[in-house]
Amino acid sequence: MRGPLLFKDIDTAGLTSIATYRQLGGYETLVATLGKTSPDECIEIVKASGLRGRGGAGFPAGMKWGFVPKDSPKPRYLVCNADESEPGTFKDRELMEKNPHLLIEGCALAAYAINAHVGYIYLRGEFEYIQRILDRALAEARAAGFLGRGIAGSGFDVEIHTHLGAGAYICGEETALLSSLEGYRGQPRLKPPFPAVEGLYACPTVVNNVETLMNVPSILRHGAAWYRQWGTEKSPGTKIFSVSGPVRRPGNYELPLGTPLSELIEKHCGGMRDGLKVKAVIPGGSSVPLLPASLLDTGLDFESMTAAGTMLGSGGVIVIDDQTCIVDALHNITRFYEHESCGKCTPCREGTYWMVEVFERLEAGRGRAADIDLLNDVSDNILGKSFCALGDAAAMPVMGAIKHFRDEFEYHVTHRRCMVNRRREVLAGVAP
Amino acid sequence: MSHAPAVTAIDPEVRDWPASRRVEVDEALSHYPNRRSAVLPLMWIAQREWGWLSPPVLRLVARTAELPEPEVFGIATFYTMFNLRPVGRHHLQVCMTISCSLMGADRLFRHLERKLGIGHGETTPDGRFTLRRVECLAACGRGPCMQVNFDYHENLDEARVDALLETLT
Ligand SMILES: Cc1cc2nc3c(=O)[nH]c(=O)nc-3n(C[C@H](O)[C@H](O)[C@H](O)COP(=O)(O)O)c2cc1C
Ligand code: FES
Repeated sequence: MRGPLLFKDIDTAGLTSIATYRQLGGYETLVATLGKTSPDECIEIVKASGLRGRGGAGFPAGMKWGFVPKDSPKPRYLVCNADESEPGTFKDRELMEKNPHLLIEGCALAAYAINAHVGYIYLRGEFEYIQRILDRALAEARAAGFLGRGIAGSGFDVEIHTHLGAGAYICGEETALLSSLEGYRGQPRLKPPFPAVEGLYACPTVVNNVETLMNVPSILRHGAAWYRQWGTEKSPGTKIFSVSGPVRRPGNYELPLGTPLSELIEKHCGGMRDGLKVKAVIPGGSSVPLLPASLLDTGLDFESMTAAGTMLGSGGVIVIDDQTCIVDALHNITRFYEHESCGKCTPCREGTYWMVEVFERLEAGRGRAADIDLLNDVSDNILGKSFCALGDAAAMPVMGAIKHFRDEFEYHVTHRRCMVNRRREVLAGVAP
Repeated sequence: MSHAPAVTAIDPEVRDWPASRRVEVDEALSHYPNRRSAVLPLMWIAQREWGWLSPPVLRLVARTAELPEPEVFGIATFYTMFNLRPVGRHHLQVCMTISCSLMGADRLFRHLERKLGIGHGETTPDGRFTLRRVECLAACGRGPCMQVNFDYHENLDEARVDALLETLT
């Protein structure tokens, strides 16, 4: 057993087939819930469980479902965010690849709770093979009467389709995702109105991450109190952490929220490889500020991470070793945001461009003393001033890196080279 | 150094979906309350059929989705995975983002450049390989990695990538 909940059965042979999934109790919650527990009761149970969104923002799932207007004459939609494009994050991929029916059951239950009759699973374009796995599982579920008309013997109808994106990080942002799904360029929309009120085709829409939806069946089956046996008061349950970087055993780990970061790295991942030491950790995907090694005891939950000056984000834990140059690492990350900025708003489009320019100058040994404050200044002009949170995601990591590792930026200016750079020296064979 | 497109020439005769794709096209259209929403699925079907989205192919997508042509061209250029030029039979898409970079992606990419004699976005003269730098592929724990067309190849190093290239004929 790799974990208590989502990873409990994950490595069971043949789990992608409906027969195996049902042997393990799959779809029993759907059958037990539909027509017996009212949609409002489902929302109350999910609210009481304290389940928070696993896509990055940690918004309470039950509360979001409760925002869907009950009196709207419009159809409602459920959208599963399977875009998984946040660097360092690779949990949804393993979850869907190995246990597609759990996602389908979670989607069907969520659709029931908000009274949606159509759901879409929006997959990043690179996940074409997962689309094939899911389409096969959807066909099995349809044949078994768990999707379609009057599902599981109830009077409730629901249909779920997969939709393949085509390469754009921004389409993970929920409103850009909806634009993309509607057949427009994937650019974000102004909030409010929030999707729960006006989302897909201007209809009430709940957008939830894959991992969020996969938690729903067990919560509805066992109840909120049972779910709260894991995690903390404000961050209940477990979370899948994707660990990358030079640790001995990178991969996905399901742990109770609140587990210290050091335990994840030392105990579960076996510590660092090749005699390296931890210099810093980006705990929640590349969009969040890094934590220096001195803060490794911080708990992996939403509150502790915020208190430590960063965020839990998507749970993509990127471990940076002592032989890596922080300036170089942030250059790589900033280049990502420059490439992925959708171009809609000026602070993000221009700001990320100028930050890359400054990083290139620092890297090339042409940095000026004023460049460090310039990076901070440009970041500050993006933060909170861009149209969507992609801009914040570009700005915060740079500001965090300067705060904790200003000495490395200064070294770049004064010595015209990196303090250390394994990535370039050892891995690429060029001078730092 | 850049090479001329080697695989598919523009086929000005593309006017309609081949009979073999009709079921897929109708299925895609049936998933949404309007035809516009099917524009990405239609582009994917077209790319599977013709390998890349030439202007006549994009015009076909525009007619099918009942959208203005310029808008369809604008959508196609927004996303990185649509080929707006022909690509080789094996499209090597190497992840260069932070986690893979920490594990040696830059070195792997340079190795591929040298070995194939082509750079980012270029195709070998025989039309066998196109090489491209891409961003995070959600395989960060098993970097460096690349996708060859849609297939994931992970935990790569020079020896493994050399062995892989041998099998891609
Ligand atoms: C730039 C950007 C990229 C995002 N990428 C993803 C993503 O790949 N997957 C995801 O689930 N959420 C992503 N999000 C968060 C979504 O906007 C949204 O909050 C989430 O899908 C809501 O689901 P949840 O409440 O279940 O987490 C992204 C947000 C931003 C600003
Ligand atoms: S950083 Fe390369 S797959 Fe994520």
